Amino acid sequence: MKNAVGVAQPRIEGRAKVTGAARYAADVPIPGLAFGAVVLATVSLGRIRDIDVSAVQDMAGVLGVIDHRNAPRLNPKAGGFFGPDGQLQLLQDEVIPFAGRPVALVVAETLEQAQAAAEALPVTYDEEPHDTGFTADHPASRPAVAIFDEPVNVGDVEAELAASSVVVEEQYCTPEEHCSAMEPHSATAWWEGERLEAIDSNQGPFSIAVTLATLFSLSPDLVHVRTEHVGGGFGSKGLCGPQLILAAMAALLFGRPVRVTLTRAQVFLATAMRPAINQLIRIGADADGRLRAIHHEAAFEISPLVEYLEGCTELTKTLYAARSIRTRLSAVPLDILPPYSMRGPGATPGSFALESAMDELAERLGMDPLELRLRNEPVAGPVSGLPFSSRNLVACLREGARRFSWDTRDHRPRMRREGALLVGTGLAATSFSAGAFPSSATITAETDGTFTVAIGATDLGTGARTALTAIAADALAVGTERIRLRISDSGLGPAWGAGGSRGTTSWVWAITEAAEKLRGQECRGTVTVDTTRSLGELSSRERHSFSAVFAEVTVDPVTGEVRVRRLLGMFAVGRVVNPLMARSQVIGGMIGGLSMALHEEGIRDPVSGRHVNADFAGYHIAAHADVPDIEADFVPDYEPGIPMGVKGAGEIGNVGTAAAIANAVWHATGVRQRSLPIRLDRVLE
Amino acid sequence: MTNHHRSVISLQVNGVPHRLSVDNRTTLLDALREDIGHTGPKKGCDHGQCGACTVLLDGRRVVSCLTLAVAAEGAEITTAEGLAGDGELLPLQQAFIRLDGFQCGYCTSGQLCSAVGMLAEHTAGWPSAATADVSPDGPAPVLDAAEVRERMSGNLCRCGAYPSIVRAVLETAAQKETEG
Amino acid sequence: MKEFAYERATDVRDALIAADGGARYLGGGTNLVDLMKEGVEAPTRLVDVRQLPLAGVSEAPDGGLVIGATTTNSDLAAHPEVRRRYPALSQAVLAGASGQLRNMATVGGNLLQRTRCAYFTAQVCNKRVPGTGCPAIAGEHHNHAILGWTRNCVATHPSDMAVAMLAFDAVVRYEMLDGPGEIPLAEFYPPVGDTPHCETALPPGALITAVVLPGSAVSPRSRYRKVRERASYAFATVSIAAGLDLDEGSVRIALGGVASRPWRARTAEAFLLDAPLTAEAFRAAADAELAAAEPLPGNGYKVRLAGNLIETVLKELQP
Repeated sequence: MKNAVGVAQPRIEGRAKVTGAARYAADVPIPGLAFGAVVLATVSLGRIRDIDVSAVQDMAGVLGVIDHRNAPRLNPKAGGFFGPDGQLQLLQDEVIPFAGRPVALVVAETLEQAQAAAEALPVTYDEEPHDTGFTADHPASRPAVAIFDEPVNVGDVEAELAASSVVVEEQYCTPEEHCSAMEPHSATAWWEGERLEAIDSNQGPFSIAVTLATLFSLSPDLVHVRTEHVGGGFGSKGLCGPQLILAAMAALLFGRPVRVTLTRAQVFLATAMRPAINQLIRIGADADGRLRAIHHEAAFEISPLVEYLEGCTELTKTLYAARSIRTRLSAVPLDILPPYSMRGPGATPGSFALESAMDELAERLGMDPLELRLRNEPVAGPVSGLPFSSRNLVACLREGARRFSWDTRDHRPRMRREGALLVGTGLAATSFSAGAFPSSATITAETDGTFTVAIGATDLGTGARTALTAIAADALAVGTERIRLRISDSGLGPAWGAGGSRGTTSWVWAITEAAEKLRGQECRGTVTVDTTRSLGELSSRERHSFSAVFAEVTVDPVTGEVRVRRLLGMFAVGRVVNPLMARSQVIGGMIGGLSMALHEEGIRDPVSGRHVNADFAGYHIAAHADVPDIEADFVPDYEPGIPMGVKGAGEIGNVGTAAAIANAVWHATGVRQRSLPIRLDRVLE
Repeated sequence: MTNHHRSVISLQVNGVPHRLSVDNRTTLLDALREDIGHTGPKKGCDHGQCGACTVLLDGRRVVSCLTLAVAAEGAEITTAEGLAGDGELLPLQQAFIRLDGFQCGYCTSGQLCSAVGMLAEHTAGWPSAATADVSPDGPAPVLDAAEVRERMSGNLCRCGAYPSIVRAVLETAAQKETEG
Repeated sequence: MKEFAYERATDVRDALIAADGGARYLGGGTNLVDLMKEGVEAPTRLVDVRQLPLAGVSEAPDGGLVIGATTTNSDLAAHPEVRRRYPALSQAVLAGASGQLRNMATVGGNLLQRTRCAYFTAQVCNKRVPGTGCPAIAGEHHNHAILGWTRNCVATHPSDMAVAMLAFDAVVRYEMLDGPGEIPLAEFYPPVGDTPHCETALPPGALITAVVLPGSAVSPRSRYRKVRERASYAFATVSIAAGLDLDEGSVRIALGGVASRPWRARTAEAFLLDAPLTAEAFRAAADAELAAAEPLPGNGYKVRLAGNLIETVLKELQP
């Protein structure tokens, strides 16, 4: 019997996706469907003075308008992973906490009618002075403790900096960035008696159903959320989205199924974004490159509505041995769309700062940036002192350097020219934490010899459907053709969603545990497991995925245009379940990092505080022409604490790429880029 | 009284004739999705800025979100659902599966229709912004990776499947060439 | 989007009659339909002109070309004679939008497209309702005008095609019920002045029928270079259409992304009529042209970029 895990296999749903047959949330035909169009607040702070429903009530096809005066009351305790969430409390009062807050839903027989009435709906506001201007030294700034990123202070940073031969002290700025999944958030909801049924695009139907049940004060078993195909999430579909809450309200008030699909602008204005961040790094080293101190502070925006904190300093506690390490986070509350996890939260902007600063240190030491990293490889967690479960960063760095011919690099800047273009290379080392969350799984041995494996997982494009089929097959020691996998349904029991690079690990854990139990009863009947207990028995270790990213760029000094022409990533992500899909996933992450480095920037009007580039013409994400062929590969790695030896691969691709590109731009031009994106006006000579 | 804001139109969609009454405001994308039930074309932005709604209209690739259904009267439309004739996938579709030219799949219908249209444009000798010399007297532009990337840039993909898509298109084009 | 009537014209005269006060001509729709979705445009009637016999590229008696108004951007860019005689025009069109949009967009519609200033689509401004101000001046204007703007509006014109056509002395032909007319492209877009909402000199109700490229402007040694914030599928930050006539010792230069209209660099051209065609002279000509630039705090880089482009592209055009 050959293993299915470790084999490159095309996606199970491949045919459905290339023939247009795969149904996403807005694609599922529902009889008697009405359409809801969302109206967003246009002021950054204030109160609704009036919504003149009578102006649209008689428009063709309009069924009605829901606003704060007639909306069903929601339970204020509802929240998500990060606690109670005021962003969920839609249409509950006249308060406008940020521009983009939904203020009404117009429901009509057709999409065109709903949209026309939504555009025509007069809403007036009493505006109040708002604050959307982020600065690190904002007077409202306060210390913050993120769930995975508590402040630490090991050793004496000030004394070590004073004793250092070379010190780098710089600030690094990253702007608001938007997840920008290609599928706009869409939900269709209807009530079957007491029971709320929904089809929704999200990253974890079980937790979304729990939140929805809390909001509507229903027993969780009365809420059923399905989400078969999801057009990407990247964090933005991790929370119970406005589309779902509003669709459920409308279905209740109008007594029929209602579909609410956000427009692209509304996805920008009303779902989720990475906050703007300003980071200070101070690094001190001896002349031989050994680190004495790393001081990393990050200040970022938050909304008063929900305590989402960007854990930028997490990898500073992991990557390098230093005699002293101090980290600190501060949060600046502003009248903005609540920030939320975006692909590689914390680590992605954090690594831009840390790995840029490491490159600056290598420059000042006159040292190969690769050698600087190798020289500071820790034997145990630099802060925790715990052993690493497995750490293969050095293998990533060495193999990457070999493939990239790093040893031929002249480390001085501005030494390579090709015609009018300047050429440079750069690298970054990265880590992203690994782990698992409690999940349940059910396996039934069917009479025809197949096994039905049910788990509340989702496939956002990660390949979960294909990967979990292989995992189940190996766990049951049967061929994949005997596995019937059921996912994407809140009715399949509690399960972690696709997020935090902990989807696969959490689901693998539950499936393997269930398979073991079923095999213990000679593969007969049905078993259900919940991994809460076994996860609790996991030993304390430093658990991380690692990678090394190498970039080569060209810079046209005449125009300031930067092009990435080579990108290579070597990854240690535990055992690779499906090399074809895993490679796609980390390459996709690297492209996200490239896009962050060169293009992405949410821009606000300084007067109104509103986003001015809430579309794909203004908010650029990398297009085909921006992206070279990308090489990504895996070094042997195995996570001993997690079944099948897997870690996560969903986010680490994003981490590090921006720093590698910024370092390459310095190498090409001799000028440091400490603010992203590296726009042409910042490079132009 | 006739309603001046609605029209009756005929469309040939994936070889099947359809006659439907549409609100003049209805885009071809919404007519395909909501009236005809072909949800392969996707509404990624509804403003011609992402390419997820790309279909072939009389053989040429267009964004269906900015095409009014009423203005498409009489047109032959091909969506991703219609690319594979009698169930046999096109080599391009097969290459997308084999080389993993998608992840979430939401942009895929548009990428495929765009690639089919783009390959026909290249065969017709059209230059692109990646063509160094647009003169008609020089050699026809060779379809290399840079050409494919430029010509496919109207189709955004947030998962970052671009390198696999480009490879799938290039392999398909090369295969076509050897088969003559 | 507001409701509207739709009519498909098959004859120019029928189209002109159908186009009453609240009507708009519909070409490819790539900008008009978009603006209707945004509520910026709300025509009561669309007169679809794509069935009119106005598509195609034909020979002009003087050795130039006549480009029909409903010729798609794709067909224009791919036309062998356009590529041979006016390569910068083919390149300019190919640098715009995407393959799909070029297959839809028409030449007439391209000339009439509206600014992509974010304030124009998102809220009221002088361009939409005179007297309501220009939020971009105190706001986000990173990609706004540096030349010829006024306190009333600092938006740029988005067309690539029009920049190249301006460099080639194009003339716009139109039809009205009382007969045909024509306007040089150089006069087609009036200066901003106090009337940023008056975007073209086209008489009300007129239908663009063709763009004429004169034989005197045939310029095989010409090119278009577009700088933008993404490698493709983005509007220009600054672009340039330039041609070099070695026999005459003259240059033609037009810039995009710097003004409310495509900008003919007459000062630079005049400077080079009396100067040797050297890198130093190109730079001096660029400086002369851009001496009139008035950048805002956020777009000063465009002055440098435009100067660099003039110098570099002219150098590249030299044998």
